Amino acid sequence: MSGFDKVVHSYEEAMSGLTDNMTILAGGFGLCGIPENLISEIKRKGTRGLTLVSNNCGVDDFGLGLLLPDRQIQKIIASYVGENAEFERQMMSGELSVELTPQGTLAEKMRAGGAGIPAFYTATGVGTPVAEGKDERQFNGRDYILEESITGDFAIVKAWKADRYGNLVFRKTARNFNPMAATAGKITVVEVEEIVEPGQLDPDEIHTPGIYVNRLIQSTFEKRIEQRTTRPSGE
Amino acid sequence: MALSRDQIAQRVAQELQDGYYVNLGIGIPTLVANFVPKGIDVMLQSENGLLGMGAFPTEEMVDADLINAGKQTVTMATGASIFDSAESFAMIRGGHVDLTVLGAFEVDVNGNIASYMIPGKLIKGMGGAMDLVAGADNIIVTMTHASKHGESKLLSNCTLPLTGRGCIKKVLTDLAFIEIKAGKFHLLERAPGVSVEDIIKLTEGELVVEGDIPEMELG
Repeated sequence: MSGFDKVVHSYEEAMSGLTDNMTILAGGFGLCGIPENLISEIKRKGTRGLTLVSNNCGVDDFGLGLLLPDRQIQKIIASYVGENAEFERQMMSGELSVELTPQGTLAEKMRAGGAGIPAFYTATGVGTPVAEGKDERQFNGRDYILEESITGDFAIVKAWKADRYGNLVFRKTARNFNPMAATAGKITVVEVEEIVEPGQLDPDEIHTPGIYVNRLIQSTFEKRIEQRTTRPSGE
Repeated sequence: MALSRDQIAQRVAQELQDGYYVNLGIGIPTLVANFVPKGIDVMLQSENGLLGMGAFPTEEMVDADLINAGKQTVTMATGASIFDSAESFAMIRGGHVDLTVLGAFEVDVNGNIASYMIPGKLIKGMGGAMDLVAGADNIIVTMTHASKHGESKLLSNCTLPLTGRGCIKKVLTDLAFIEIKAGKFHLLERAPGVSVEDIIKLTEGELVVEGDIPEMELG
């Protein structure tokens, strides 16, 4: 028995404790590196009034877009949205509240949230609608705005490999927002393609240490591609 | 003749230098990668977490875990590195990227840029554009000089919500290469066959024209 074993065996168990009106941080960029099965579990559970923090909101029938038809999301904090029709409809009708946040600021809000930093100054957004209502201050003659960090009741994360202790390795650009989300959830749930025994991952190659991870589940993934762009073979 | 999209990209590519780390936005800026001058090495940064973006993959090489900021499948160049989004924007905000090329709806004489939102119409979000314009010193904006209806996009004041304030110094349109200095546009080059008068007519903001304005040289 090890108190460090984070593995759970069902999605129900993985998302237990999630209740209405909670805040969830989600990893992923577009449909790349999204915790697709954890999202499906939230859909199945029917949890409502959620605040989602994620770079994007999926497409109509995949990713976080799945939570739209049953009006499960009350508010989304994202940098780029609107790849789906239902999202646009709910946003225009005011059913869904959208807080557009610059991508780098969003990443830093999660990073800072997980690192115990309540706010930070950034030049991003100065003089734009993003700066409205925020403190402004000069450092070395340049203007900066104060951005508050973000934490969540849950973080849902997709990694490539993990050991049972929750040490994580991501694969290629499926890393994106996942490591920051992992640090900033009160309960961080990670789904992976492969779970190995502790000691089997090279400690030097671990991207996210297991201290941030509460629950770990192994699954299979559709990994849908949004923009399949290729060149002819033999070029 | 106004420049084609490829020709705009071709002219921008002349600004690349050996050893540059470059972030290319979606649209015309992406095409710049096709015109990197021979004998020069540049490394492309994709803000979703890739430095050293390669060509599009062949059908057999397609990997759902490897995309660019436009969500297109890509490959990695030799010497590429992968990192998370916070690290990616640390590079961008920290001023480590040598050149950023991005599109816009409007630019004005004070270097303001509007590129992400048309109120009541297009509300998709700024993505990484606000971070890119705030973090980079060397930015080239590519866009058409005027709308299809002949309305200038080079203004005394941007009318749309801003992406960044006072951060743009160079604009390459289908008609002209323009520098922004001390609250004015300065005409540096004109597209082949386009007259200075044509450019003046389609530039709403104050445009300084000094001496003979050379035609752009395209490969």
